[in-house]
Amino acid sequence: MTAPAHPAPPAVPPPPATLAGRLRWTAADGLTLVGREFSRLRQEPGELVGQLVFPAIMVVLFGYVFGSAIKVPGGGDYREYLMPGLFAMVTFTALMGVTMRIATDASRGVMDRFRSMPMARSAVPFGQVGADVPTALLAMLIMALIGLLVGWQPHRGALPTAEAFALLLLMRYALCWVGCYVGLVVKNEQTADQLVPLVFPVAMLSNSFVPTGGMPAWLQSIADWNPVSALTAACRDLFGNPGAPTGDLAWPIAHPATAVLLWSVGLLIVFVPLSVRTFQRKGR
Amino acid sequence: MTAEPIVVAEGLHKRFGDTRALAGLDLDVPAGTVCGVLGPNGAGKTTLIRVLATLSDPDEGRARIAGHDVTRDADRVRGLIGLAGQHAAVDEKLTGRGNLRMFGRLYHLSRRDAHRRADELLERFGLAEAGDRQVQGYSGGMRRRLDLITSLILRPRVLFLDEPTTGLDPRSRNEIWDSIRALVADGTTVLLTTQYLDEADRLADDIAVVDHGRVIATGTPDRLKSSIGDRLDVVVEDPGMTTAAAGVLARLAGAEPARGEDPRRLSVPLLRGPVRLVDVVRELDRAGAAAADVGLRRPTLDEVFLRLTGGPAAPPPDTGMEPAAASEKETAR
Repeated sequence: MTAPAHPAPPAVPPPPATLAGRLRWTAADGLTLVGREFSRLRQEPGELVGQLVFPAIMVVLFGYVFGSAIKVPGGGDYREYLMPGLFAMVTFTALMGVTMRIATDASRGVMDRFRSMPMARSAVPFGQVGADVPTALLAMLIMALIGLLVGWQPHRGALPTAEAFALLLLMRYALCWVGCYVGLVVKNEQTADQLVPLVFPVAMLSNSFVPTGGMPAWLQSIADWNPVSALTAACRDLFGNPGAPTGDLAWPIAHPATAVLLWSVGLLIVFVPLSVRTFQRKGR
Repeated sequence: MTAEPIVVAEGLHKRFGDTRALAGLDLDVPAGTVCGVLGPNGAGKTTLIRVLATLSDPDEGRARIAGHDVTRDADRVRGLIGLAGQHAAVDEKLTGRGNLRMFGRLYHLSRRDAHRRADELLERFGLAEAGDRQVQGYSGGMRRRLDLITSLILRPRVLFLDEPTTGLDPRSRNEIWDSIRALVADGTTVLLTTQYLDEADRLADDIAVVDHGRVIATGTPDRLKSSIGDRLDVVVEDPGMTTAAAGVLARLAGAEPARGEDPRRLSVPLLRGPVRLVDVVRELDRAGAAAADVGLRRPTLDEVFLRLTGGPAAPPPDTGMEPAAASEKETAR
């Protein structure tokens, strides 16, 4: 590489000394990492298609195959019953996307590159989780369109509908921090890959696809306390979809929106500091 | 010399469970030089780089980059260093240019500067054409080059290269070597680890041989070679006389000759200092083991390395080998 003389590299601003300056760095670095997600999507629009095919298959599989034999408690269309469950399920499985992204970065050495750079330290976990937000919005939109296509719709007006989507996004953001922590711990995309199949049973052990009333009592209490169930129940309620539970209810099913809020806040309180600490911890 | 070396490691210890990755490692690298850290797998090379690049804290000991402590002043150190390693630590889904722009932004360059810098680096290191393709379509050598130039966005004062050419084909290795030489010409200090002795031989001003977490020898490639003495290679005419010839050579050189696959061939390090070839020929004739070929040569770095790490446990005292601590002073000249 016989090349012209090395041009002077640009001047680098020194690390900010004030708290406000550091926060600005953190925000800027976090946004750069979110922007990376847009660049990736621009390079590989096909990846989005892949993300959308999965919920579409679920709609067909459950809505038309199993749904033909499932009776909604209290009556009503099964696909109307199903859609809130699918919203919740897609929300739940999103955490694996964050795990995979971080584990891939770790095994490729990208995380080490971040660590060796004068970046804001907490920007990396915040950015990696934040990078899910654009995908989340798009996935939500497409899911809603698929739902409308198969006959689902919200019945209670704009505000409750917005509330339902807000709960979905909040829960997804909180769950992504769990995914972030798992990714930081496994550090290896193969291991992360093997964890993916574990997410589905957890997501399905809920009221998303079938009423929990028919399950054995011990399984029913697990399902009722599964955050996926609370999220599904909250969406059914706010969308005005059928399947409102009756009888002697577990607390999260009786107060689903509150339960979702508590779950989300709880997950954030635990996993945000844990992830930030794990990223900053040096060892290996 | 008055200035402190730009990289200073003092008594670094690092343990992972039962494994002692670093066991009291000392190293100085003067500014503007290339230091080759040479050692077998598991010698502690990568751990050393990780400590110096602020990725890992030592259990004991200290290290400074340009006077800044890597543990207490990690943020300052990070602004001075570049790291490229065994991985291509870039986003495969992005283009080469996209990667450089993103990392430029993460180095807090303005958008315009980050874009300009990406273009400059791609141009200078021969990736301008590939710059707009996704990295996952790059060859191994191109990825490694992109990884290398990503660590140059800020023009680091010190560049750490952890086995920069492991797994590359000869042509790509040459390209990486050229890139490294160009950097050194710009005044960047380079600390590179390698298992390839020819790589160290070609690039490094100074070599630190590391084994079991410690520096066991330092010096220029030339000095290291001299330290184990020149070698005498002999081919005898009659394979039946090889043993007799070996006796003669052992007496002249002060070491037991090694026998190659060819039974007529003998090779011996000259531990007693230089010998005259005419003496060798005469002595062999006298013993009835006429030589078909006699030659003196410098040892290869491989031979130095084998001797230091896997060869005789204790080198003879008259090899000119100095203890590492003493020779480091000389290195820092």
